[in-house]
Parts: sequence; C-alpha cells; structure tokens
Amino acid sequence: MLSLNEFWFILVAFMFVGFFFLEGFDFGVGISTKFVARTDAERRAFINSIGPVWDANEVWLITGIGAMFAAFPNWYASMLSGFYLVFVIILLALIGRGVAFEFRGKAKSPVWRTTWDWVILFGSIIPPLAFGTMFTAIIQGVPIDGDMQMRASFSDIVNWYTLLGGVTLTMLCFMHGLTFGTIRLMYDLRDRCRQVAKKLLPINAVLLVTVGVATFFKTDLFTVHGNLLEYLFLAGIVVYLFLGYFLTRGRDGWAFFSSGLVIMLVTGSLFIGLFPRVMISSINEAYNLTIHNAASGAYSLKVITYLGLTLLPFVLGYQIWSYYVFRKRINHKEHMEY
Amino acid sequence: MDVVELSRIQFASTTLFHFLFVPLSIGLAFIIAIMETIYVVKKDEAYKKMAKFWGHLFLINFAVGVVTGILQEFQFGMNWSEYSRFVGDVFGAPLAIEALLAFFMESTFLGLWIFGWDRLPKWLHALCIWLVSLGTMFSAFFILSANSFMQHPVGEVLQRGRLEMHDFAAILTNGQLWVEFPHTLFGSFATGALFITGISAIAFLKKKHVDFYQRSFKVAITVGVASGIGLALSGHEQAQYLVETQPMKMAAAEGLWENSEDPGAWTAIANIDTANKENTSEVEIPYLLSYLSYGKFSGSVTGMNELQERYTKMYGEGNYIPPVKTVFWSFRVMAVLGGAIVGLAILGAYLYARKKLVQSKWYLCLMVIAISFPFIGNSAGWIMTEIGRQPWVVFGYMQTEDAVSANVTAGQVLFSLIAFSTFYIILFAVMVTLFVREIKKGPHHEEEMIEENHDPFMKEGQHAIS
Repeated sequence: MLSLNEFWFILVAFMFVGFFFLEGFDFGVGISTKFVARTDAERRAFINSIGPVWDANEVWLITGIGAMFAAFPNWYASMLSGFYLVFVIILLALIGRGVAFEFRGKAKSPVWRTTWDWVILFGSIIPPLAFGTMFTAIIQGVPIDGDMQMRASFSDIVNWYTLLGGVTLTMLCFMHGLTFGTIRLMYDLRDRCRQVAKKLLPINAVLLVTVGVATFFKTDLFTVHGNLLEYLFLAGIVVYLFLGYFLTRGRDGWAFFSSGLVIMLVTGSLFIGLFPRVMISSINEAYNLTIHNAASGAYSLKVITYLGLTLLPFVLGYQIWSYYVFRKRINHKEHMEY
Repeated sequence: MDVVELSRIQFASTTLFHFLFVPLSIGLAFIIAIMETIYVVKKDEAYKKMAKFWGHLFLINFAVGVVTGILQEFQFGMNWSEYSRFVGDVFGAPLAIEALLAFFMESTFLGLWIFGWDRLPKWLHALCIWLVSLGTMFSAFFILSANSFMQHPVGEVLQRGRLEMHDFAAILTNGQLWVEFPHTLFGSFATGALFITGISAIAFLKKKHVDFYQRSFKVAITVGVASGIGLALSGHEQAQYLVETQPMKMAAAEGLWENSEDPGAWTAIANIDTANKENTSEVEIPYLLSYLSYGKFSGSVTGMNELQERYTKMYGEGNYIPPVKTVFWSFRVMAVLGGAIVGLAILGAYLYARKKLVQSKWYLCLMVIAISFPFIGNSAGWIMTEIGRQPWVVFGYMQTEDAVSANVTAGQVLFSLIAFSTFYIILFAVMVTLFVREIKKGPHHEEEMIEENHDPFMKEGQHAIS
C-alpha cells in the first residue's frame, strides 16, 4: 500500500505534470502569436483557441502549489523562499499574461494591441523558462542547510545546465502549442503550425538528447531508481519519433497527443528522479528534504486525502466537458466572438 | 528598513490591492447570475443585455482579481516561510481545497460562460454563472477559514515544534469564521450592488439609456438593501464575538485603555495618546459600548491595560497592544461607511418605488460618490482585523516578526515590492481606463458593433468583435 506521504507526492507531481501538459500548449500558443500568426485576426484566432480554457489550466499550478503547502509545508516554504526572485519573475509574467488575454481585445488601436501582444509573448516564454531552470536546479541540488533553509547564489540557480533545462521546456511548450494549433485552427493557419512544428523537430531533438546526457552526468537521476529513468528516456525517444511521423503524415490529433506525452515524460521523470526526496541539498545528503521530513502530520494528510479524492473527479469531469463544448475549430476567416 | 517591515508592507499592499477586486467580483457575479436567471425565466431580452453589459465590467475586474490572487498563494512561502513551516499543517489544507474546489470551478465555468452564449442551452449557460458565483463564495469561505485560524486558533495542537491539525471540523466551525464569512459576503454583495447603482446614477444624470439602467438599478438596489441590512447585523454579531474572543482587538478599536464603567459609554471620537496610554479628549455616547459589546445596556468591557498585564503573565514580557490609532480609526471608517451604505440603499429603494429616482439629482450625485464606500469600507475592515491582531501572526503562538523568511534578504523583498507595486499601479490605471471605456460604450454597444461590421468599407472590423 502507498503511504499517504507517497500518495501526496504523486498528487503534487500529477498537478505539476498536468499543469505543464495543459498550460504547456497555452504557453506554446502564446509564443505562436508572435512567430506563427501574421495578422491581427490570426493572433485573435490563436488566443481564442485557448480563450475558454487557459485560466483553468493555470489553476493546475495554483492547486499544485496549494497541495504542496498542505501536504509538504517545508517543501513549499523552502522552495518558494529559496527561489524567491525566480518566483517574483514567474508571477510578474503570469500577471501580465493573464490580463493581456482579457485586455487585448478591448480596444482597437494598433499600439494597444501590439503592447499586449508583447506582454503575451513574454508572459508565455518566461514561466516555462523559469520553471524549467528552477526544476533543473532542484535536481542538480541547491544549498540547503540543516534548518531546511536554502541560500542559493546566482550560479546555483542559473548555470548552463539549468538554463538548458529551461530552454528545453520552453521549446517543448512551443512545439506543444503548435500541435494544439493543428487541431484547433483551420486552413493556412493550421498548415503553418504543422510546418513550423516540423522545423522545430530537429532542434528539440538535439535539446532533449543534450539535456538527457547532461542530466546523466550532472545528477543521480539515472541511477537512483535502478534503470527506470533510462527506460523512460528510451520511451521518450520512441514517442518523439512517433511525433515526427505523425507530423509529417498530418495526423494532427496523434501529433498533439505525442507532443503532450513528451512533456509529461520529461516533467514526470523529474519527479520520479527526485522521489522520495523533494529537494536535494548540495551541502549534505542528510539535509535533503524528503516526503517525510517535509510533510504534514498524519491527521492533516488524511483530511486532505478524503477531500481531494472527493473533489478531484468532479474537477476533471467538468474540465473535460468544457474541452468537449469548445471542440469546434476556430475559423479565423469568419467573425470571431469575443 | 528590514525584511520584516518590507515584507509587511508588501503583504499589506498586495493584499489590500487584491481585495479591491475580490468583493466586486463576488458581488457582480451574484447580481449577474440573478439578471441572467430573470432572462431565462421571463425570456426578456433586456435582461440578457444587462447580464452581458455588466458581465463585461465583471470580466475586466475578475481578470485583475485572479492575477493578483495568484500572488497571494505564493506569498506565504516566499516572504513568510517560517510562518508556512510553523502553521502549514493546519493552514495549507484550506488553501489547497480553495484551489481545488473554488478556483477550478470559477475559471472553468467562467470560460464556458464567456464563450458559451451561443453554444449552451440558456438554462445551462445561466447555471455556469451561478457556479462561478458559488465558486467565488467557496473561495471566500476557505480563505476566511484559514484567516480565522490566525485570529482565533481552533482544532490545533502544538507538537514537533509546529501547529498540527487536530480537528478539521473545528476549523470549519470556528466561531470567528462564522462571523467573518457572512460579514465579508454581505460586504461583497453591497460592493457589487453599489457599483451598479452608482454607474446607473451616472447614466440617469446624463439621461442616457434610462430604461436599461432603471431595470439594472432595480435588481441592484434590491440586493443592496438586503445586503446592507445583513452587513449591519453581521457586523454587530462580529463585534460581540470579538469582545469575547479577541478582547485586545476590540479594546483597541474602542480606544479603551482602562476597563469601562458598567454600563459603558462608547467613545465616538478620541484624541489617542499611545505613548502615555490615554485619550486626551473624547466624545462619548452613554450605554452604547455595553450595547455594542453585549447586546444589552449593561456590562463592563475590559481595557487594554488590564489585557496587557494578563498577556504578559501568559506569554511573557512584550508589548501586546496593537497600533491603537489605526485600529480605532479604521473601525470608525468602516462603521460609518457601512451605515451610509444601509441608509443610501433604503433611500434608493424608496425613491425608486415612488418613481422619483431619476429626478432626485442630489441622491444620484451621492450614489456616484458612494461607489467608493464599499471599497474603502472593505479595506478599513481588513486593516482593523489584521492590524488589531498584531503583534501576533497566529494569536498566542507566533508573532509576526518571527514569521518572516529567514533566507530572503531585504534587497530581494525591496525589489519585489517595487516590481509588484509598479505592475499594480499600471494595472489599476489600465483597468480604470477600460471601465470608463466600457461604460461609455453603453449597453447597446454590441448591436452597434455588429451593424458597423456590415459596412463593406470597414475591413478592420470584419473579424474581431471584442
């Protein structure tokens, strides 16, 4: 049987992986408004394709952080204070992006729209870049002392390896947004999404392999659970090859599914590699935060387990329903509401 | 300034800013849901137009409320990590449930509501906004259950050097929560109501779309009267509860240094000298203090000096008196504005019923100004609640200065304070501009836009309606 500590680790990981899968394509769509869309109507089409859902997708992050706070207060406290400036930057980006979606269409002046377009672009690049960097720094190990206090220097958080992680995650989100575009948009816009995605294929392949190899040398992720991570890495390669195949054959739905699966494998591997630790100390192994020393008490975990398991099915149910309601493609050559 | 001070300024400013939008969102969602329900039941298109028009304003407001709310969820860990470690076992659960239950509901069904006008059956579409409204209330409930724990800890046990949850039901049935939650909710409904009546008043003064705004006014003033009365009653309830459970906060709010006489006189205004712990001059109303504290015209209320002695014995040497002037005056600002809201709402309902509303210029002018009353009142109420709790962050267990992150530097907090403030000021300016624009466009804006789009020479307008 799973212990509640293990269960909540899985649940927090599930929320984050879900966040990167769902908000991943939102970020990708945000990036595409700059690099794929050419006219105002095309940008509107991209934004509308995620319009009804992006906010709920972002709640996956809020819930993940909330679950972390409830189940592992020390993880929450050490990570959010330790990566203080990283979170400031992420929050500023998310704040800007959130209002930009809402405000952009409220006025017609080109200056107004261009301004918000830039906010959307940076608001879509910075979060995956910063999260990728942060999580790579976490698996690399950060200076956490015996009081669970993380006091990191700049290079503990930002170095070539962590940046590589950040860039890779961002590019995976871009790819995911493009494949999302192929199933939600029409005509030339869909075709262009496909073409750009195909161009990204080799770039992302190089990034993924490099990050995998670097992780092999820089961290203990590949050795900590036997050969598990190696199998996952191989699975990732297979899925990635399928992604390429689906893209060239125009199997849009499958391509979207594959690009999402790549993101899930990458972010999922990260959490699997961490387990049973939640943060790795570069000072001393004994100072690692684990699912035990970072966790809430047994009673508290039991309470949130009952509540979480009761609520989660409803949440998943109505979210899936909302995707079903908005399953029609966005036609940018017709009148678009909102 | 040190980390503690900077972190407090940051928390206070970001939270107060966030709470400008929250009550308006709660109030507007509720009133829009009523409007759309009338539309579904009566099949009167005018109410659909109403739901859509106020919906536009709601969405602008909601967007800012959401993005400033994200920060709240992170801020405990970023700036108050010692607090988070100490109390996370109890405090994290309501936050996680708030996200899982309320945030998902709000965001998903709001998306369905915005984009679903032509896709969903009418009743289902109306249900979506009701679920958004319910979500905003759930959100208030769970965040207030967490806040109530800080004011009045229940269901906890101190072990392994931290507070651990011992009885979850106790946290949800905390007496503090059940005086705080209705009061906040009524305050939010009043915020939404006075926002709509105020904007309607502007339209009456300008004699624009009078019919549309009169109907809006009718719905809003009904909510306004009901919530105004609820606000007053729940406020009285809460004051009585505070005298029992948080006597120091109440004594500070009353500017009461020494124990009061029996029956006690209420100090309406006073010149407070915190250094010498006395009021140099005051205006008193006999019997009122006893009535406000106990609901009857007898009973003495304990003053701050005796409470300070009592707390020193319980918790050791220290100053347990909160900043008295702030608490005293914020309490009065809140109470006076609350009273004004009740009076104005009842008066408005009367004028409307006598069909004198549109002619009563003085009243309409007052109502325009009164848009600000709930916002100021809400903020003052929270300032009283939170400053009145000082020096504690969790009453009796942890003081604010011990709650701050140990590993975050003053420079980092200063940077984030400046960054967030700058962002927020820009946001606020943009939001006000958009509000004014939407209001100027008026309720018939959408039809005009569609006509405009039929113009073959207007290529720009062809694709995007916003």
